[in-house]
Amino acid sequence: MAGFLLIVIAALFFPGVIIRTKSIASGRKGPGVFQPLKDIAVMLRKGSVFSNTTGIMFRMAPAVALATVVVAMLLLPFAENKALISFEGDFIFFAYLLALGKFFMIIGALDTGSSFQGMGASREALFSMIVEPAFFVLLATFAMFTGYTSFSVIFNHFYITGNDYVLIYSIIGAYLFVQIAMVENSRLPVDDPKTHLELTMVHEVMILDHSGFDKALIHTGTYLKFAIYGSLIYNLIVPAGWNTILKIVMFFVVQALFAVVIGITESFRARNKMNKNPKYILTLTSVALIAFMVILILTEKLV
Amino acid sequence: MFNSTFFFIIPLLSLLIFAVPKSLKYYFTLTLLLAGIVLTTLWSYGILAGADEVREYALFFLPYNTGIILTVDALAAFFILVINITVLTGLLYARCYLAPYQQKIEVFRFSVHYFSYIWLWLSMLLVVMLREGIAFLIAWEIMALSSFFLVIFEAEKRNILKTGISYLIQMHIGMFFILIAFLLVNKATGHMGFDALDSYFGLHPNLPVFLLFFTGFAIKAGFIPLHTWLPEAHPAAPSHVSGVMSGVMIKMGIYGMVRILASMQSDLLVTGIIILVISLLSGILGVMMAIVQHDLKKLLAYHSIENIGIIGIGIGLGMTGRALDNQLLSLLGFSGGLLHVLNHSLFKSLLFFNAGSVYRAIHTRNMERMGGLMRKMPWTAILFLTGSLAICGLPPFNGFISEYLIYMGMFTCLPEATLYHSILIIGSIAGLSLIGGLAIFCFTKAFGIVFLGEARSELVGHAREATKGMIIPQLFNVVLIMLIGLGSPLIVKPVFKLAVNIWDLDSQLFTRGSFVSNLSQISLAGGIFIVSLGTLLLYRSYHLSRRAVETGPTWGCGYTAVTPAQQYTATSFASNFNHIAKPVLRSTVLTEKIEEDEIFPGKRRFEFQSDDLFKKKLIDRPVGFVSGLLKKIAVMQTGQIRHYILYAFVFMLLVLLLSLFNII
Repeated sequence: MAGFLLIVIAALFFPGVIIRTKSIASGRKGPGVFQPLKDIAVMLRKGSVFSNTTGIMFRMAPAVALATVVVAMLLLPFAENKALISFEGDFIFFAYLLALGKFFMIIGALDTGSSFQGMGASREALFSMIVEPAFFVLLATFAMFTGYTSFSVIFNHFYITGNDYVLIYSIIGAYLFVQIAMVENSRLPVDDPKTHLELTMVHEVMILDHSGFDKALIHTGTYLKFAIYGSLIYNLIVPAGWNTILKIVMFFVVQALFAVVIGITESFRARNKMNKNPKYILTLTSVALIAFMVILILTEKLV
Repeated sequence: MFNSTFFFIIPLLSLLIFAVPKSLKYYFTLTLLLAGIVLTTLWSYGILAGADEVREYALFFLPYNTGIILTVDALAAFFILVINITVLTGLLYARCYLAPYQQKIEVFRFSVHYFSYIWLWLSMLLVVMLREGIAFLIAWEIMALSSFFLVIFEAEKRNILKTGISYLIQMHIGMFFILIAFLLVNKATGHMGFDALDSYFGLHPNLPVFLLFFTGFAIKAGFIPLHTWLPEAHPAAPSHVSGVMSGVMIKMGIYGMVRILASMQSDLLVTGIIILVISLLSGILGVMMAIVQHDLKKLLAYHSIENIGIIGIGIGLGMTGRALDNQLLSLLGFSGGLLHVLNHSLFKSLLFFNAGSVYRAIHTRNMERMGGLMRKMPWTAILFLTGSLAICGLPPFNGFISEYLIYMGMFTCLPEATLYHSILIIGSIAGLSLIGGLAIFCFTKAFGIVFLGEARSELVGHAREATKGMIIPQLFNVVLIMLIGLGSPLIVKPVFKLAVNIWDLDSQLFTRGSFVSNLSQISLAGGIFIVSLGTLLLYRSYHLSRRAVETGPTWGCGYTAVTPAQQYTATSFASNFNHIAKPVLRSTVLTEKIEEDEIFPGKRRFEFQSDDLFKKKLIDRPVGFVSGLLKKIAVMQTGQIRHYILYAFVFMLLVLLLSLFNII
C-alpha cells in the first residue's frame, strides 16, 4: 500500500520537476511545478471533440491505458513493504499489462484513419516492443542474483545477498530502468515530446486527436508511469533495511533526481535520427546481456 | 477393455453422406460428429478426472491380440478434448460460412467436403489413440488425405489445387521420415509402434531415431525450416478448415513429438537444446514473417508457426529440465507447452473464423483493401480483438497463462543453472519476450488496418455483419478464452497433473510449490483490472454526458483534402520493421522509378512482396534443379517408335554384357 501511495504522490510532482529543470537549464522563467496538474484540471473541465472516423476503440484506449498503469502500480513494493499484489513472476504480469495498455493506445491511434497517427502508431509499436527483451533480461539477472522471482522479494533481498558487487547491479539496473522508462514514456533520445512537426513525432502524434477527459487520462497515465519507473529505480538503489523516514525521504530524492536527469537530457541532447532508434533500443538489450554476463562471472560460473 | 462398437459405426455411417439430400447433408454431419464427440469426450473425461489411468477400446472387427487397439491415456485424453472443441466450433461455423456455396457448387463436392471433415476428425482421434505403428501411419495418412480434400474445396481455382498438391507432397515427405523411424525401431526390437519405443530407447542411441521422428512431426507442426506448406495451405482452405487445421491438425505433430520424448532415455540434453533452438527460430522468424504479410489469412498462418515455436520452447525447456533432473523446470515447461496447445487451438481458430467472416463480407483477403470494417461488423471486430489480445499473450486472456508458465520455468531455474544452461535460458527469455513484443506489433497492425480507420476500397461499402450462425460459435471460443484467462488455477491443475503423469514427475511438486496461489493472484489482478477499467469507463461516460461533446474531421495537420488512400497501410505500418529486418525477410518492392526530368509524374504501381527465404532455398531450388534435370533427359522422349525399340535393344545388350562379366 505504501508503494502505491508514494507513487501517486511522486507522480504529482514529477512532470513539474522535469519542466522546471528544463526552464532553468535554458534560462527561461518557465511555468511552475504544478503547471502539468493545472493543465490536467483544465482538460477535465473541457468538453471533447471526436473525429467522425473514430469509434469505440479510440474512446476506450486512454481508459484502458490508465487502468493498466493503475493495476501495475499495485504490483510495486516500497522497500520491505510488500506490494498489494505480489506473486512469483509478477514482473512478467507487470510487463505484459503495460503492453496491453500500449496495444490499446496503438489501435486507438489507428482508429482515427490519419496517416500521421498511423505513422506514430507504427513507430511507437516498434520501439516499445523491441525494448521488452531488455526488461526481461534485466529481471532475469536480478532473479539470478537474488534467487527470487517477484518484485517484492527481489528488492528485499537485493542488499542482503551478501554479494559485495551489489553496487554494480544497482548502477546497471538503474541505468537500464532510466533508459527503458524513456522509451516507454516516449522521451528523448527516442522521441521528443516538444517537437512541433508531426513527421518527427512518435507518441505525441499518436494522441493528436484526443481531447478533454481522454487527454487528461493519457497524461495521468504517463506521469504515473514515470513514478513507477522511479520507484523501481529507488528500490534498486536504496537498501530495504534503512530507517523508514530516511527511506521515504530517499524515495522522493530518487524520484526528483530521475526527473532532473530527464530534464537535463532533454535540454542538452538532440533526438536520435528516427531510423537509428531501433539500434539504440536494441543496445539496451545488449547492456542487459552484459549485466547478465557479469553475474555469471561473479557467481563463478564463468571464469 | 471397453467396447467401442458405437465409435466404429460412425465411419460406416459417414458413407451415407453421399446419399443424404443436399439440404440435410450439414445436419447429418453435425449429428454424426456430435454423437462421436460426446462419446470420445466422455472417454477422455474419465481419464482426466482421474477415474482410470488408461482405457483400452477394442476395434470391433479386429481381435484383441493384434495389438491394434484404441488406447486412451492422459496425453491422448487431453488431445481428444482439444480436437473435439475446435472441430465442433468449426463445423458450427461452417453452416453459415458455406451457405453461399450451396447454389454454386455441385452436390458431390459438398458430400466430399463433409465426408473429408468427418474423416479428418476421425483420423485425428485415431492418431492420438492408436499406438501400433502401421495403424498409426494409416491414420496419419488419412489425416493428410482428408485435409487435402478439405483444402481443395475450391479446386476450380488453379492455384488452390496447386497448393493442395504441394501440401500433399510435403505431408508424404514427413510421413516417410516417421515410417523410416518406425522401421528402425521394428528392426531392432521386432515390434513397431510407440510401445516398442521404451525398450528401443533403453538399448540404442536415442538421438538418430529422435531426429527422424522429429523431422517427420515437425513438417506437420510447421517448425521452421520445415514450415513451407503452412502459409500456402491455410489461406487456400475455406476458413473453418483453416481454423481446424491451424488450431488442431498441426498440433498432431506436437502430439507425436511428446509421445517420442516421453519414451526417450538418453541424449536428453541434446534433444532439449535442439528443440529449444529450433522453436526459438520458428517463433522469432514466424512472427517476423507474419508482420510483413498483407494477406490476412497468410498473416495468421505465419502466426501459427510462431505459436508452434512457443509450444516448442515449453517442451524444449521441459526436456532440458529432465536432462538436468530439474523437476520444476520440467513441470513448468511441459505444462506451459501443453496449455499453449489448448490456448492456441482456441484463439487461432477464433481468428481464422473471423478472417473467414471478413472474407465472406468483402471477398478479399488483402488487408490493403480493408479498413473501417468495425463500423460495418462490430461483433466480428470485437471477436477479432479478443483473439488478438489472447494470441499476444496479454493478461487477462488465456495466452498469458501459458506464456507465464513457460517464463516461470525459465526464471525459477536460473539461479541453479550452470554456465551453459544459463546462457541457453537467457537466450530463451530474450527470445520469448521478443516474440511477445513483435506479436503485439503484428496484431495491432492486423486489427488496426482491417477494422479501424477509413475504408481503403469500395469493397468495404458492401460489407455486412456476419450472420448469427457465424458469430455464436466464435462466442463459444471467447468464453473458453476468458475462462482460462481468469480462472487459470482451475484449468492449470489438470494440466500439471497431465505433465506429471506423462513424464513421471514428483506428484507432490505442484502442491508443494505456490503455483496455484500465484495463478489466483493473477486472476485477482486481472479482476481488479477489469473492475477498474469498468469504473473508469462508467465515470468517463458520466463525465462526458455533462460536457460539450462535438464531432469533427480527424486532425489533418492543416491539410484538408484528406482521402482514405492516404491512410497508413499494412505495408507502411510494417515498413519501419521491414527496414531493420531486411536481411532476414528479403522483401522486394516492385515499382517504377520517377525520372528526374518527369515534372508531373504519371500513374505508378507499387507492390510490396516478401519471399519466404526457406521456401526458396529448401523447396523451390531443389525442385527447380530436379525438374531442370528431367527436362534434359526428356530429349530421349522423341515420340518415334524406332527410337524406343533401340532403347530396348540397348538395354538388353547392357544386361547381357553385365551378366557376361558377372556384374549382375
